[in-house]
Amino acid sequence: MRVLMFGWEFPPHITGGLGTACYGLVKGLAKNGVDVLFVVPKAFGDEDNRVARIINASDVEVNQESLLIEEFWKKVTLMEIGSNLIPYVSPEEFRRIVAQTLLDKTDIEHSVFRTKFQFSGKYGKDLMEEVSRYAIIASVLASKNNFDIIHAHDWLTYPAGIAAKSVSGKPLVIHVHATEFDRSGENINQNVFEIERKGMIAADRIICVSNYTRNIVINRYGIDESKVFTVHNAVEFDKETFEKDWHKTVPEKVVTFLGRVTFQKGPDYFIEAANKVIKKYPNVRFVMAGSGDMLNRMIRRAAELRISEKFHFTGFLKGDDVNRLFMQSDLYVMPSVSEPFGISPLEAMRASVPVIISKQSGVSEVLKHAIKVDFWDIDAMADAIYGIINYEALSRFFRRNGQEEVMHLKWENAALQVKNIYQSFFN
Amino acid sequence: MRTICFYFQVHQPYRLKRYRFFDIGARHNYFDDYANRSIMRKVAEKCYLPTNQLFLDLIKEYGCRFKISYSLSGTVIDQFEMYAPDVLESFKRLAETGCVEFLSETYSHSLSSLKSREEFEKQVALHDDKIKEHFNQTPKVFRNTELIYSDTIGAMVSDMGYKAILCEGAKHILGWKSPNFVYTNAIDPKLKLLLKNFKLSDDIAFRFSNTAWDEWPLTTEKYVEWLNSLDKKEEIINLFMDYETFGEHQWAETGIFEFMRHLPRQVFSHSDFEFLTPSEAAEKHQPVAMMHVPHPISWADEERDLTAWLGNDLQDDAFDKLYDLQEKMKLVTDDDLLRDWKYLQTSDHFYYMCTKWFSDGDVHKYFNPYDSPYDAFINFMNALSDFMLRVDNHLQQNNLKQFLPEEINKMISDYEGKIADLKNLTEKGNRKKVIQRKDTSVKKKPATKKIVITKMSDQDTIVKTSNKASKVKAVKKTKKVTSAKPKAISKKQTKTKK
Repeated sequence: MRVLMFGWEFPPHITGGLGTACYGLVKGLAKNGVDVLFVVPKAFGDEDNRVARIINASDVEVNQESLLIEEFWKKVTLMEIGSNLIPYVSPEEFRRIVAQTLLDKTDIEHSVFRTKFQFSGKYGKDLMEEVSRYAIIASVLASKNNFDIIHAHDWLTYPAGIAAKSVSGKPLVIHVHATEFDRSGENINQNVFEIERKGMIAADRIICVSNYTRNIVINRYGIDESKVFTVHNAVEFDKETFEKDWHKTVPEKVVTFLGRVTFQKGPDYFIEAANKVIKKYPNVRFVMAGSGDMLNRMIRRAAELRISEKFHFTGFLKGDDVNRLFMQSDLYVMPSVSEPFGISPLEAMRASVPVIISKQSGVSEVLKHAIKVDFWDIDAMADAIYGIINYEALSRFFRRNGQEEVMHLKWENAALQVKNIYQSFFN
Repeated sequence: MRTICFYFQVHQPYRLKRYRFFDIGARHNYFDDYANRSIMRKVAEKCYLPTNQLFLDLIKEYGCRFKISYSLSGTVIDQFEMYAPDVLESFKRLAETGCVEFLSETYSHSLSSLKSREEFEKQVALHDDKIKEHFNQTPKVFRNTELIYSDTIGAMVSDMGYKAILCEGAKHILGWKSPNFVYTNAIDPKLKLLLKNFKLSDDIAFRFSNTAWDEWPLTTEKYVEWLNSLDKKEEIINLFMDYETFGEHQWAETGIFEFMRHLPRQVFSHSDFEFLTPSEAAEKHQPVAMMHVPHPISWADEERDLTAWLGNDLQDDAFDKLYDLQEKMKLVTDDDLLRDWKYLQTSDHFYYMCTKWFSDGDVHKYFNPYDSPYDAFINFMNALSDFMLRVDNHLQQNNLKQFLPEEINKMISDYEGKIADLKNLTEKGNRKKVIQRKDTSVKKKPATKKIVITKMSDQDTIVKTSNKASKVKAVKKTKKVTSAKPKAISKKQTKTKK
């Protein structure tokens, strides 16, 4: 069985969880004997080629013949949408991107017969343009390669999936890692919503990363539930990361929030709960790691509550610093308002850190050894924080069982479920 | 004769380096040696050295007819010692002329006058010692950080023995009154007030190089003409400014050095003004009235209040948290901690957290190491958090050292006695156990019951004492602890210390 898979990024060049999840899935599929052609807008050459053939969309030539396909494609839907939508960038990066787009204008390489499109592969300013150009490339690839199934990850690649399907006539599976409602709350970007909905309608099967997301797809997008399936994400760890010689440097208990400091992640609930705990129990420090549009507001709030000698901000953490923070942590809290899955609590558990997660997250469907609270219930959250940092037996229980539980979430198993969905086309 | 009184503020803070959460508890050097050194060297070359030379030349030329005064913060003197001994030497040469007065202030250019009289007095005494050490003068006139002044601060300064204080001639305080007289403190009339003439001061300090200013270019002729045009009854013009005005805020290319070089000649030849130092001026002129300043004023920004350092949540939280340490700091004996305590109090750290940069942004950005006030706040709080941990650790270790030898001996004998008792009890318990085992064949119900009871009580006491001992260990982190009751004794000890 051969799958033409469209992604947006692939490790090591990732900006969010999407790349990591794709990597895990592809690896798991390889173990289950499924052959994957993985397409990314921009390959850097150092991707892991053992598990899948990586196709760099920037290298694909679009010749006269396929420009006709492009024409055909343009008839199907109009894709050029002027929008400054930027789903996954930090404010710093946004500034850089805006500055950069003024500089590089030469992204299309023209020759007499052939045209190559250069993709940045980043979530940037002319994202919409890239999404539609990616779809053109997809149609070219679909006409040139042999495969049985098309699999597209998240809205950025849905147009590519649809294009490939219309060229090849092969079944399309789309994989929903997040929806516009997760990213923007109720104030959705209509353009993105439309692309998502078209993708879902065109798809033969839809895979959601959690039941939570599956419900959104069915209810918010009005999709027939018989073609919507849930395959929970798994997590894969490389073994070296935790052998480094880091140890705790502060005597207090450390409670950590790690993620983009945006509405979706619920940092404001974390800070309010922290305040309640600090007032009762001084032997604790809270850390908010990450950057985002709500960061300055959070800093002001911590000062306003007069807890800032116990509430620390680290800004965006790179590489090793994430693991370093886990080594310092006694508890990890993910108070997300809406989280399709949420891989970071698994990373924390793997590092032997007990976790508190919001019920509004996909990951809460698969975890047993975690405390689950409603994101808005700061009293319950404060209660849970206090309990875990105070009662050694409780935290020991979570540490021991959590690590074991998380080791059993294997991509191999998730991939098998995906394979079964593929096979349903041929039975 | 009417008086011109020149006063220059010389100050550099110890800027913090990027201090991250991960550094808390791990690294204890908060200060950016590289930035502090390079800024000091830059300002020394552009301002301190050439300006000191200029004033030395003027004093050589006119003798003590030309006089100036300085306030050097303790932190800037520390930095001279570390990075610019040549500047310190040239200040010493100025002091030797006898025409230069050095004023008193807080060692670390701090805001302690707003928070704690005790800490304030301590820092002022430290500063005056430093001035005495280097310049062989005992300051008689006080100048608070950024000219922060209120009635109560004035009364406090008067109590401390100073005869005059410098402050801002803020419009909202003076109203129709003129800054060109000497005033007195509203609570203690013994303390004289020298008020900054901000118009004539800022003409030099801020507007000198501004080509959009309709009086540009400013010449000594024009300036002395302005002085002459003042009401003849007015007695004193106080020109107070940052020393960095010369060569740093106003570059050498603007002609600021030439202006200063020629100003005394123009004053002497075209006016009836004389130059006096603040203490001379305060002695010479009689005060005309009391000045009421119920709320603190300063020389900063358009508002002339404290909002550059305090007022937003970031600043207030950091400020309160810092001074919460005050009581603990009284018990600290470690030199490194005492030094960091001084440097962390420097007002500049709070200045960087100011969020009202829209109107006064230019001045606030001057040598500001941070991108945003949020950045400044996070960095300061991280360093402060580590500092708090160090203070606590230090005090815990110190607690034991505070015991007198005879107390320690007494404690040892007490505990030895107790240990002996406990050993006795356990031995007895064992013996009884042995007896019990021997007697198992003979059923003696009441006896066994008794044994059980004693056993339980034994265990109880053992558990209790060992608990206490482990607590003590955790608290004190020391090997010497063999005792069960040092807590109570240490409390007594701290009480007597107080």
